[in-house]
Amino acid sequence: MTRLPCRMSTSKTPRQKYLARRRNDKITTVILQIGLLFAMIGIWELAAKLDLIDPFITSCPSRIIKVLGTIELSDLFTHIAYTLIECIVGFIAASTLGILIAVLLWRFTKLRRVIEPYIVVLNALPKIALGPIIIIWVGAGAQAIIVMTILICIIVTVISVLSAFMSVDEGKILLMRSMGATRLQILFKLILPANIPALVNMLKINVGLAWVGTIMGEYLVSTAGLGYLIIYGSQVFKMDLVMASTVILCILATVMYLAVAGVEKFTKKKYRID
Amino acid sequence: MALLDINHVDVIYQSEKSETEAVRDLTLSVDEGEFIALVGPSGCGKTTLLSMIAGLLSPTNGSITIDGKPIVASSGNVGYMLQRDNLFEWRTIENNVMLGLSVQKKLTPEARQYAVSMLEKYGLGDFKNAYPTELSGGMRQRAALIRTLAFKPRLLLLDEPFSAVDFQTRMTVCDDVHAIIKNEKKTALLVTHDISEAVSMADRIVVLTKRPATVKAVFTIDIDAPTPLKRRESPKFSYWFDRVWKEVTL
Repeated sequence: MTRLPCRMSTSKTPRQKYLARRRNDKITTVILQIGLLFAMIGIWELAAKLDLIDPFITSCPSRIIKVLGTIELSDLFTHIAYTLIECIVGFIAASTLGILIAVLLWRFTKLRRVIEPYIVVLNALPKIALGPIIIIWVGAGAQAIIVMTILICIIVTVISVLSAFMSVDEGKILLMRSMGATRLQILFKLILPANIPALVNMLKINVGLAWVGTIMGEYLVSTAGLGYLIIYGSQVFKMDLVMASTVILCILATVMYLAVAGVEKFTKKKYRID
Repeated sequence: MALLDINHVDVIYQSEKSETEAVRDLTLSVDEGEFIALVGPSGCGKTTLLSMIAGLLSPTNGSITIDGKPIVASSGNVGYMLQRDNLFEWRTIENNVMLGLSVQKKLTPEARQYAVSMLEKYGLGDFKNAYPTELSGGMRQRAALIRTLAFKPRLLLLDEPFSAVDFQTRMTVCDDVHAIIKNEKKTALLVTHDISEAVSMADRIVVLTKRPATVKAVFTIDIDAPTPLKRRESPKFSYWFDRVWKEVTL
Protein backbone atom coordinates (compact mmCIF):
# COMPACT_ATOMS: atom_id res chain seq x y z
CA MET A 1 0.00 0.00 0.00
CA THR A 2 1.35 3.41 -0.91
CA ARG A 3 1.32 6.16 1.65
CA LEU A 4 -0.83 9.03 0.57
CA PRO A 5 0.62 12.45 1.33
CA CYS A 6 -2.38 13.28 3.46
CA ARG A 7 -2.07 14.92 6.80
CA MET A 8 -3.25 13.07 9.86
CA SER A 9 -5.47 14.71 12.43
CA THR A 10 -2.64 14.72 14.95
CA SER A 11 -0.44 17.03 12.88
CA LYS A 12 -1.85 20.39 11.84
CA THR A 13 -2.15 21.69 8.29
CA PRO A 14 -0.16 24.83 7.46
CA ARG A 15 -3.43 26.75 7.48
CA GLN A 16 -4.30 25.57 10.98
CA LYS A 17 -0.79 26.35 12.15
CA TYR A 18 -1.01 29.83 10.71
CA LEU A 19 -4.38 30.49 12.35
CA ALA A 20 -3.17 29.13 15.69
CA ARG A 21 -0.08 31.33 15.53
CA ARG A 22 -2.18 34.37 14.73
CA ARG A 23 -4.55 33.65 17.62
CA ASN A 24 -1.66 33.18 20.02
CA ASP A 25 -0.12 36.41 18.81
CA LYS A 26 -3.32 38.31 19.55
CA ILE A 27 -3.73 36.75 23.00
CA THR A 28 -0.16 37.51 24.08
CA THR A 29 -0.51 41.10 22.86
CA VAL A 30 -3.66 41.63 24.95
CA ILE A 31 -2.06 39.97 28.00
CA LEU A 32 1.01 42.20 27.66
CA GLN A 33 -1.16 45.30 27.27
CA ILE A 34 -3.14 44.55 30.43
CA GLY A 35 0.04 43.49 32.21
CA LEU A 36 1.73 46.77 31.35
CA LEU A 37 -1.21 48.70 32.82
CA PHE A 38 -1.08 46.76 36.08
CA ALA A 39 2.72 47.02 36.20
CA MET A 40 2.55 50.80 35.87
CA ILE A 41 -0.11 51.05 38.56
CA GLY A 42 1.85 48.67 40.79
CA ILE A 43 5.21 50.44 40.37
CA TRP A 44 3.55 53.82 40.95
CA GLU A 45 1.91 52.57 44.14
CA LEU A 46 5.03 50.76 45.32
CA ALA A 47 7.31 53.72 44.65
CA ALA A 48 4.99 55.92 46.69
CA LYS A 49 4.77 53.39 49.54
CA LEU A 50 8.59 53.02 49.64
CA ASP A 51 8.96 56.82 49.67
CA LEU A 52 10.88 56.78 46.39
CA ILE A 53 8.48 59.46 45.16
CA ASP A 54 6.48 61.97 47.10
CA PRO A 55 2.76 61.14 46.75
CA PHE A 56 1.93 64.71 47.70
CA ILE A 57 3.33 65.75 44.30
CA THR A 58 2.87 62.62 42.21
CA SER A 59 -0.22 61.15 43.92
CA CYS A 60 -0.64 57.36 43.77
CA PRO A 61 -3.36 54.84 42.80
CA SER A 62 -4.62 54.17 46.34
CA ARG A 63 -4.93 57.92 47.04
CA ILE A 64 -6.77 58.43 43.73
CA ILE A 65 -9.31 55.78 44.73
CA LYS A 66 -9.59 57.34 48.20
CA VAL A 67 -10.22 60.82 46.85
CA LEU A 68 -12.84 59.47 44.47
CA GLY A 69 -14.53 57.94 47.51
CA THR A 70 -14.61 61.26 49.33
CA ILE A 71 -16.33 63.17 46.52
CA GLU A 72 -20.09 62.95 46.70
CA LEU A 73 -21.06 60.58 43.88
CA SER A 74 -23.78 62.94 42.61
CA ASP A 75 -21.21 65.76 42.60
CA LEU A 76 -18.80 63.67 40.56
CA PHE A 77 -21.51 62.82 38.05
CA THR A 78 -22.45 66.49 37.75
CA HIS A 79 -18.85 67.32 36.86
CA ILE A 80 -18.67 64.46 34.37
CA ALA A 81 -22.04 65.43 32.86
CA TYR A 82 -20.97 69.06 32.42
CA THR A 83 -17.81 68.14 30.55
CA LEU A 84 -19.45 65.38 28.54
CA ILE A 85 -22.39 67.55 27.43
CA GLU A 86 -20.13 70.48 26.52
CA CYS A 87 -17.90 68.18 24.53
CA ILE A 88 -20.68 66.31 22.70
CA VAL A 89 -22.71 69.44 21.92
CA GLY A 90 -19.59 71.17 20.62
CA PHE A 91 -18.58 68.12 18.61
CA ILE A 92 -21.99 67.67 16.97
CA ALA A 93 -22.49 71.39 16.31
CA ALA A 94 -19.00 71.81 14.83
CA SER A 95 -19.31 68.72 12.65
CA THR A 96 -22.75 69.59 11.21
CA LEU A 97 -21.97 73.29 10.80
CA GLY A 98 -18.62 72.44 9.24
CA ILE A 99 -20.22 70.10 6.70
CA LEU A 100 -22.94 72.66 5.90
CA ILE A 101 -20.37 75.39 5.31
CA ALA A 102 -18.29 73.02 3.16
CA VAL A 103 -21.40 72.20 1.08
CA LEU A 104 -22.12 75.92 0.56
CA LEU A 105 -18.50 76.63 -0.40
CA TRP A 106 -18.56 73.65 -2.80
CA ARG A 107 -21.79 74.84 -4.38
CA PHE A 108 -20.92 78.52 -4.75
CA THR A 109 -17.54 78.92 -6.41
CA LYS A 110 -17.56 82.69 -6.08
CA LEU A 111 -18.23 82.49 -2.34
CA ARG A 112 -15.39 79.97 -2.00
CA ARG A 113 -12.92 82.26 -3.73
CA VAL A 114 -13.92 85.23 -1.58
CA ILE A 115 -13.87 83.30 1.71
CA GLU A 116 -10.65 81.35 1.12
CA PRO A 117 -8.15 83.85 2.66
CA TYR A 118 -10.35 84.25 5.72
CA ILE A 119 -10.32 80.51 6.30
CA VAL A 120 -6.53 80.45 5.97
CA VAL A 121 -6.19 83.18 8.60
CA LEU A 122 -8.69 81.55 10.97
CA ASN A 123 -6.90 78.23 10.58
CA ALA A 124 -3.54 79.80 11.40
CA LEU A 125 -4.89 81.64 14.45
CA PRO A 126 -4.49 79.82 17.78
CA LYS A 127 -8.16 79.66 18.79
CA ILE A 128 -7.35 79.84 22.52
CA ALA A 129 -6.39 83.49 21.92
CA LEU A 130 -10.06 84.18 21.31
CA GLY A 131 -10.93 82.95 24.84
CA PRO A 132 -11.40 86.36 26.46
CA ILE A 133 -13.43 87.62 23.49
CA ILE A 134 -15.69 84.58 23.68
CA ILE A 135 -16.27 85.07 27.41
CA ILE A 136 -17.22 88.71 26.93
CA TRP A 137 -19.47 87.97 23.98
CA VAL A 138 -21.36 84.89 25.10
CA GLY A 139 -20.83 85.05 28.85
CA ALA A 140 -18.76 82.98 31.25
CA GLY A 141 -20.33 79.55 31.44
CA ALA A 142 -20.94 76.35 29.55
CA GLN A 143 -21.88 78.34 26.45
CA ALA A 144 -18.37 79.83 26.26
CA ILE A 145 -16.84 76.36 26.48
CA ILE A 146 -19.11 75.05 23.72
CA VAL A 147 -18.20 78.01 21.49
CA MET A 148 -14.50 77.33 22.14
CA THR A 149 -14.98 73.66 21.22
CA ILE A 150 -16.82 74.60 18.02
CA LEU A 151 -14.13 77.12 17.04
CA ILE A 152 -11.36 74.58 17.47
CA CYS A 153 -13.12 71.89 15.40
CA ILE A 154 -14.95 73.81 12.72
CA ILE A 155 -12.13 75.31 10.66
CA VAL A 156 -10.36 71.98 10.26
CA THR A 157 -13.71 70.38 9.42
CA VAL A 158 -14.49 72.89 6.68
CA ILE A 159 -11.03 72.61 5.15
CA SER A 160 -10.84 68.81 5.16
CA VAL A 161 -14.43 68.23 4.02
CA LEU A 162 -14.22 70.84 1.27
CA SER A 163 -11.00 69.39 -0.09
CA ALA A 164 -12.61 65.92 -0.09
CA PHE A 165 -15.64 67.32 -1.96
CA MET A 166 -13.39 69.00 -4.53
CA SER A 167 -11.43 65.84 -5.23
CA VAL A 168 -14.42 63.80 -6.44
CA ASP A 169 -13.66 62.30 -9.86
CA GLU A 170 -14.39 64.79 -12.67
CA GLY A 171 -15.52 61.91 -14.91
CA LYS A 172 -18.34 61.02 -12.51
CA ILE A 173 -19.48 64.66 -12.37
CA LEU A 174 -19.39 64.85 -16.17
CA LEU A 175 -21.42 61.65 -16.36
CA MET A 176 -24.09 63.05 -14.07
CA ARG A 177 -24.19 66.36 -15.93
CA SER A 178 -24.63 64.51 -19.22
CA MET A 179 -27.67 62.82 -17.69
CA GLY A 180 -29.02 66.27 -16.94
CA ALA A 181 -28.42 66.18 -13.18
CA THR A 182 -28.90 69.38 -11.18
CA ARG A 183 -26.23 70.59 -8.71
CA LEU A 184 -28.43 69.34 -5.88
CA GLN A 185 -28.67 65.87 -7.45
CA ILE A 186 -24.91 65.82 -7.95
CA LEU A 187 -24.52 66.71 -4.26
CA PHE A 188 -26.85 64.05 -2.90
CA LYS A 189 -26.23 61.25 -5.37
CA LEU A 190 -22.49 61.70 -5.87
CA ILE A 191 -20.56 64.14 -3.68
CA LEU A 192 -22.00 63.11 -0.30
CA PRO A 193 -22.06 59.31 -0.76
CA ALA A 194 -18.61 59.35 -2.40
CA ASN A 195 -17.27 61.12 0.68
CA ILE A 196 -18.80 59.04 3.47
CA PRO A 197 -15.33 57.68 4.36
CA ALA A 198 -13.88 61.21 4.41
CA LEU A 199 -16.75 62.44 6.59
CA VAL A 200 -16.30 59.61 9.08
CA ASN A 201 -12.57 60.27 9.17
CA MET A 202 -13.35 63.92 9.90
CA LEU A 203 -15.53 62.81 12.85
CA LYS A 204 -12.60 60.81 14.20
CA ILE A 205 -10.32 63.84 14.08
CA ASN A 206 -13.04 66.03 15.61
CA VAL A 207 -13.49 63.76 18.64
CA GLY A 208 -9.92 64.48 19.69
CA LEU A 209 -10.16 68.18 18.89
CA ALA A 210 -13.49 68.54 20.73
CA TRP A 211 -11.87 67.29 23.94
CA VAL A 212 -9.02 69.78 23.51
CA GLY A 213 -11.57 72.56 23.05
CA THR A 214 -13.71 71.55 26.01
CA ILE A 215 -10.88 71.16 28.52
CA MET A 216 -9.16 74.33 27.34
CA GLY A 217 -12.49 76.12 27.65
CA GLU A 218 -12.95 74.77 31.16
CA TYR A 219 -9.46 75.90 32.14
CA LEU A 220 -10.38 79.41 31.05
CA VAL A 221 -13.85 79.68 32.50
CA SER A 222 -15.89 77.16 34.45
CA THR A 223 -17.55 76.37 37.73
CA ALA A 224 -18.01 72.68 37.05
CA GLY A 225 -16.57 69.94 34.90
CA LEU A 226 -13.49 67.76 34.83
CA GLY A 227 -11.33 70.61 33.52
CA TYR A 228 -12.57 72.68 36.46
CA LEU A 229 -11.68 69.87 38.89
CA ILE A 230 -8.17 69.66 37.41
CA ILE A 231 -7.58 73.41 37.65
CA TYR A 232 -9.14 73.61 41.12
CA GLY A 233 -7.12 70.62 42.32
CA SER A 234 -3.85 72.11 41.09
CA GLN A 235 -4.63 75.49 42.68
CA VAL A 236 -5.26 73.98 46.10
CA PHE A 237 -2.44 71.50 45.50
CA LYS A 238 -4.62 68.42 45.71
CA MET A 239 -2.73 66.26 43.22
CA ASP A 240 -4.97 63.29 44.02
CA LEU A 241 -7.96 65.19 42.64
CA VAL A 242 -6.01 66.28 39.55
CA MET A 243 -4.94 62.73 38.82
CA ALA A 244 -8.39 61.25 39.51
CA SER A 245 -10.01 63.75 37.12
CA THR A 246 -7.38 63.03 34.48
CA VAL A 247 -8.02 59.30 34.73
CA ILE A 248 -11.79 59.80 34.31
CA LEU A 249 -11.15 62.13 31.36
CA CYS A 250 -8.92 59.50 29.81
CA ILE A 251 -11.67 56.89 30.06
CA LEU A 252 -14.38 59.20 28.66
CA ALA A 253 -12.28 60.31 25.70
CA THR A 254 -11.45 56.69 24.89
CA VAL A 255 -15.11 55.64 25.02
CA MET A 256 -16.12 58.47 22.70
CA TYR A 257 -13.30 57.65 20.30
CA LEU A 258 -14.30 53.98 20.27
CA ALA A 259 -17.90 54.97 19.51
CA VAL A 260 -16.79 56.92 16.43
CA ALA A 261 -14.42 54.11 15.45
CA GLY A 262 -17.47 51.80 15.63
CA VAL A 263 -19.34 54.10 13.25
CA GLU A 264 -16.33 53.97 10.95
CA LYS A 265 -16.25 50.18 10.98
CA PHE A 266 -19.96 50.06 10.19
CA THR A 267 -19.72 52.49 7.26
CA LYS A 268 -16.66 50.70 5.91
CA LYS A 269 -18.67 47.51 5.81
CA LYS A 270 -21.69 49.23 4.29
CA TYR A 271 -19.72 51.20 1.72
CA ARG A 272 -17.34 48.37 0.98
CA ILE A 273 -14.11 50.20 1.63
CA ASP A 274 -11.02 48.18 2.43
CA MET B 1 -34.79 63.82 -41.63
CA ALA B 2 -31.50 63.02 -39.92
CA LEU B 3 -31.51 62.22 -36.22
CA LEU B 4 -28.55 64.47 -35.41
CA ASP B 5 -27.74 67.61 -37.35
CA ILE B 6 -24.57 69.59 -36.77
CA ASN B 7 -24.76 72.78 -38.80
CA HIS B 8 -21.74 74.99 -39.49
CA VAL B 9 -20.54 74.82 -35.91
CA ASP B 10 -17.62 76.91 -34.61
CA VAL B 11 -16.21 76.65 -31.11
CA ILE B 12 -13.80 79.22 -29.74
CA TYR B 13 -12.46 78.74 -26.21
CA GLN B 14 -11.55 81.80 -24.19
CA SER B 15 -8.83 81.64 -21.59
CA GLU B 16 -6.76 84.20 -19.72
CA LYS B 17 -3.81 83.88 -22.06
CA SER B 18 -5.41 83.35 -25.44
CA GLU B 19 -8.30 82.39 -27.62
CA THR B 20 -8.35 78.85 -28.98
CA GLU B 21 -10.32 77.86 -32.01
CA ALA B 22 -11.29 74.24 -31.32
CA VAL B 23 -13.86 73.61 -34.06
CA ARG B 24 -14.34 75.46 -37.34
CA ASP B 25 -17.37 75.25 -39.63
CA LEU B 26 -18.15 71.63 -38.88
CA THR B 27 -21.19 70.13 -40.56
CA LEU B 28 -22.29 66.55 -40.08
CA SER B 29 -25.53 64.64 -39.93
CA VAL B 30 -26.23 61.22 -38.48
CA ASP B 31 -29.18 59.07 -39.48
CA GLU B 32 -31.23 56.88 -37.19
CA GLY B 33 -29.60 53.50 -36.59
CA GLU B 34 -26.20 54.51 -37.94
CA PHE B 35 -22.91 53.71 -36.22
CA ILE B 36 -20.50 56.54 -36.87
CA ALA B 37 -16.85 56.68 -35.85
CA LEU B 38 -15.03 59.98 -35.49
CA VAL B 39 -11.28 59.69 -35.92
CA GLY B 40 -8.64 62.37 -35.97
CA PRO B 41 -5.31 63.39 -34.51
CA SER B 42 -5.24 63.59 -30.72
CA GLY B 43 -6.28 66.91 -29.26
CA CYS B 44 -8.27 67.78 -32.37
CA GLY B 45 -11.44 68.68 -30.53
CA LYS B 46 -13.30 65.36 -30.67
CA THR B 47 -14.22 65.52 -27.00
CA THR B 48 -15.32 69.16 -27.43
CA LEU B 49 -17.67 67.97 -30.14
CA LEU B 50 -19.12 65.24 -27.92
CA SER B 51 -19.60 67.68 -25.02
CA MET B 52 -21.62 69.87 -27.35
CA ILE B 53 -23.76 67.00 -28.58
CA ALA B 54 -24.33 65.99 -24.95
CA GLY B 55 -25.60 69.50 -24.28
CA LEU B 56 -22.80 70.37 -21.84
CA LEU B 57 -21.33 73.09 -24.04
CA SER B 58 -22.90 75.50 -26.52
CA PRO B 59 -21.28 76.18 -29.88
CA THR B 60 -19.96 79.69 -30.47
CA ASN B 61 -21.67 79.75 -33.86
CA GLY B 62 -23.95 77.33 -35.68
CA SER B 63 -26.49 74.90 -34.35
CA ILE B 64 -26.83 71.30 -33.20
CA THR B 65 -30.22 69.63 -33.21
CA ILE B 66 -31.70 66.23 -32.43
CA ASP B 67 -34.93 65.54 -34.31
CA GLY B 68 -34.83 69.19 -35.32
CA LYS B 69 -34.85 70.39 -31.69
CA PRO B 70 -31.94 72.07 -29.87
CA ILE B 71 -30.11 69.84 -27.39
CA VAL B 72 -30.79 69.97 -23.64
CA ALA B 73 -28.81 67.68 -21.31
CA SER B 74 -31.80 66.93 -19.08
CA SER B 75 -33.95 65.71 -21.97
CA GLY B 76 -32.33 62.26 -21.82
CA ASN B 77 -32.03 62.22 -25.60
CA VAL B 78 -28.30 61.63 -25.46
CA GLY B 79 -26.45 58.94 -23.53
CA TYR B 80 -22.79 59.69 -22.90
CA MET B 81 -20.36 56.84 -22.23
CA LEU B 82 -16.97 58.00 -21.04
CA GLN B 83 -13.47 56.52 -21.20
CA ARG B 84 -13.74 55.00 -17.78
CA ASP B 85 -16.89 53.21 -16.65
CA ASN B 86 -17.41 55.63 -13.73
CA LEU B 87 -19.58 53.14 -11.88
CA PHE B 88 -20.34 54.34 -8.34
CA GLU B 89 -18.52 51.98 -5.95
CA TRP B 90 -21.13 52.38 -3.21
CA ARG B 91 -24.06 51.36 -5.43
CA THR B 92 -24.91 47.84 -6.53
CA ILE B 93 -24.82 47.15 -10.25
CA GLU B 94 -28.62 47.37 -10.38
CA ASN B 95 -28.61 50.73 -8.60
CA ASN B 96 -25.80 51.99 -10.82
CA VAL B 97 -27.85 51.13 -13.88
CA MET B 98 -30.81 53.08 -12.42
CA LEU B 99 -28.73 56.26 -11.97
CA GLY B 100 -29.83 58.01 -15.18
CA LEU B 101 -33.46 57.07 -14.64
CA SER B 102 -33.48 58.41 -11.09
CA VAL B 103 -31.68 61.63 -12.09
CA GLN B 104 -34.26 62.21 -14.83
CA LYS B 105 -37.09 61.20 -12.47
CA LYS B 106 -38.18 58.44 -14.82
CA LEU B 107 -37.77 55.57 -12.37
CA THR B 108 -41.14 53.92 -12.98
CA PRO B 109 -41.64 50.18 -12.32
CA GLU B 110 -41.67 49.63 -16.10
CA ALA B 111 -38.39 51.50 -16.59
CA ARG B 112 -36.80 49.55 -13.73
CA GLN B 113 -38.07 46.31 -15.24
CA TYR B 114 -36.60 47.26 -18.62
CA ALA B 115 -33.19 48.03 -17.11
CA VAL B 116 -33.13 44.78 -15.15
CA SER B 117 -34.14 42.82 -18.24
CA MET B 118 -31.19 44.41 -20.09
CA LEU B 119 -28.85 43.28 -17.30
CA GLU B 120 -30.22 39.76 -17.59
CA LYS B 121 -30.12 39.75 -21.37
CA TYR B 122 -26.48 40.76 -21.48
CA GLY B 123 -25.15 38.38 -18.88
CA LEU B 124 -25.16 40.54 -15.75
CA GLY B 125 -28.32 39.11 -14.21
CA ASP B 126 -26.37 37.26 -11.54
CA PHE B 127 -24.46 40.42 -10.65
CA LYS B 128 -27.44 42.70 -10.02
CA ASN B 129 -26.67 42.88 -6.32
CA ALA B 130 -22.89 42.82 -6.70
CA TYR B 131 -20.74 45.92 -6.29
CA PRO B 132 -18.56 47.26 -9.15
CA THR B 133 -15.32 46.07 -7.53
CA GLU B 134 -16.54 42.48 -7.83
CA LEU B 135 -16.80 42.71 -11.64
CA SER B 136 -14.16 42.29 -14.33
CA GLY B 137 -13.21 45.23 -16.55
CA GLY B 138 -15.30 43.92 -19.42
CA MET B 139 -18.36 43.38 -17.25
CA ARG B 140 -18.02 46.85 -15.79
CA GLN B 141 -17.96 48.37 -19.25
CA ARG B 142 -21.07 46.38 -20.18
CA ALA B 143 -22.80 47.61 -17.02
CA ALA B 144 -21.82 51.17 -17.93
CA LEU B 145 -23.35 50.72 -21.38
CA ILE B 146 -26.58 49.34 -19.92
CA ARG B 147 -26.68 52.31 -17.51
CA THR B 148 -26.52 54.57 -20.58
CA LEU B 149 -29.17 52.59 -22.47
CA ALA B 150 -31.52 52.30 -19.47
CA PHE B 151 -33.07 55.74 -20.02
CA LYS B 152 -33.50 54.98 -23.73
CA PRO B 153 -31.48 57.80 -25.28
CA ARG B 154 -31.99 58.49 -28.99
CA LEU B 155 -28.26 58.84 -29.54
CA LEU B 156 -25.29 57.20 -27.85
CA LEU B 157 -21.98 58.99 -27.52
CA LEU B 158 -18.97 56.76 -26.91
CA ASP B 159 -15.80 58.62 -25.94
CA GLU B 160 -13.00 56.06 -26.39
CA PRO B 161 -14.90 53.65 -24.18
CA PHE B 162 -12.35 50.87 -24.62
CA SER B 163 -9.17 52.80 -23.90
CA ALA B 164 -9.19 51.94 -20.19
CA VAL B 165 -9.52 48.15 -20.58
CA ASP B 166 -6.56 45.90 -21.35
CA PHE B 167 -5.96 44.75 -24.91
CA GLN B 168 -7.38 41.23 -24.68
CA THR B 169 -10.56 42.32 -22.96
CA ARG B 170 -10.81 45.16 -25.42
CA MET B 171 -11.56 42.90 -28.39
CA THR B 172 -14.37 41.08 -26.62
CA VAL B 173 -15.80 44.24 -25.01
CA CYS B 174 -15.76 45.80 -28.46
CA ASP B 175 -17.78 42.86 -29.78
CA ASP B 176 -20.17 42.98 -26.81
CA VAL B 177 -20.81 46.69 -27.09
CA HIS B 178 -21.28 46.51 -30.84
CA ALA B 179 -23.72 43.60 -30.47
CA ILE B 180 -25.75 45.37 -27.79
CA ILE B 181 -25.95 48.61 -29.77
CA LYS B 182 -26.98 46.84 -32.98
CA ASN B 183 -29.39 44.59 -31.10
CA GLU B 184 -31.11 47.55 -29.45
CA LYS B 185 -31.09 49.38 -32.80
CA LYS B 186 -29.35 52.40 -31.32
CA THR B 187 -27.67 55.25 -33.14
CA ALA B 188 -24.09 55.65 -31.97
CA LEU B 189 -21.26 58.11 -32.35
CA LEU B 190 -17.89 56.66 -31.38
CA VAL B 191 -14.83 58.80 -30.82
CA THR B 192 -11.55 56.94 -31.08
CA HIS B 193 -7.94 57.36 -32.07
CA ASP B 194 -7.68 53.64 -32.86
CA ILE B 195 -8.32 53.31 -36.60
CA SER B 196 -8.71 49.53 -36.53
CA GLU B 197 -11.38 49.92 -33.87
CA ALA B 198 -13.20 52.47 -36.03
CA VAL B 199 -13.02 50.29 -39.16
CA SER B 200 -14.16 47.20 -37.28
CA MET B 201 -17.22 48.87 -35.72
CA ALA B 202 -18.53 51.75 -37.81
CA ASP B 203 -20.90 52.04 -40.77
CA ARG B 204 -19.37 55.39 -41.56
CA ILE B 205 -16.05 56.92 -40.56
CA VAL B 206 -15.66 60.66 -40.29
CA VAL B 207 -12.06 61.88 -40.36
CA LEU B 208 -11.45 65.20 -38.66
CA THR B 209 -8.59 67.60 -39.33
CA LYS B 210 -6.26 68.76 -36.60
CA ARG B 211 -7.36 71.78 -34.57
CA PRO B 212 -9.51 73.65 -35.46
CA ALA B 213 -11.46 70.50 -36.22
CA THR B 214 -13.55 70.22 -39.31
CA VAL B 215 -14.65 67.28 -41.45
CA LYS B 216 -11.80 66.16 -43.70
CA ALA B 217 -13.29 63.04 -45.25
CA VAL B 218 -16.19 60.64 -44.82
CA PHE B 219 -15.94 56.94 -45.68
CA THR B 220 -18.83 54.50 -45.90
CA ILE B 221 -17.42 51.18 -44.77
CA ASP B 222 -18.86 48.30 -46.80
CA ILE B 223 -17.51 45.29 -44.92
CA ASP B 224 -20.25 42.73 -44.75
CA ALA B 225 -19.61 40.90 -41.49
CA PRO B 226 -21.78 40.69 -38.36
CA THR B 227 -19.26 41.45 -35.62
CA PRO B 228 -16.15 43.60 -35.21
CA LEU B 229 -13.98 40.49 -34.79
CA LYS B 230 -15.31 39.00 -38.05
CA ARG B 231 -14.82 42.34 -39.74
CA ARG B 232 -11.16 42.31 -38.74
CA GLU B 233 -10.79 39.02 -40.62
CA SER B 234 -12.35 40.37 -43.83
CA PRO B 235 -9.98 41.14 -46.74
CA LYS B 236 -11.56 44.55 -47.08
CA PHE B 237 -10.47 45.43 -43.54
CA SER B 238 -6.89 46.30 -44.42
CA TYR B 239 -8.00 48.24 -47.48
CA TRP B 240 -10.22 50.49 -45.36
CA PHE B 241 -7.63 50.68 -42.62
CA ASP B 242 -5.07 51.99 -45.13
CA ARG B 243 -7.42 54.52 -46.63
CA VAL B 244 -8.49 55.94 -43.29
CA TRP B 245 -4.96 55.86 -41.92
CA LYS B 246 -3.64 57.80 -44.92
CA GLU B 247 -6.38 60.36 -44.53
CA VAL B 248 -5.65 60.82 -40.82
CA THR B 249 -1.89 61.14 -41.19
CA LEU B 250 -1.81 63.14 -44.42
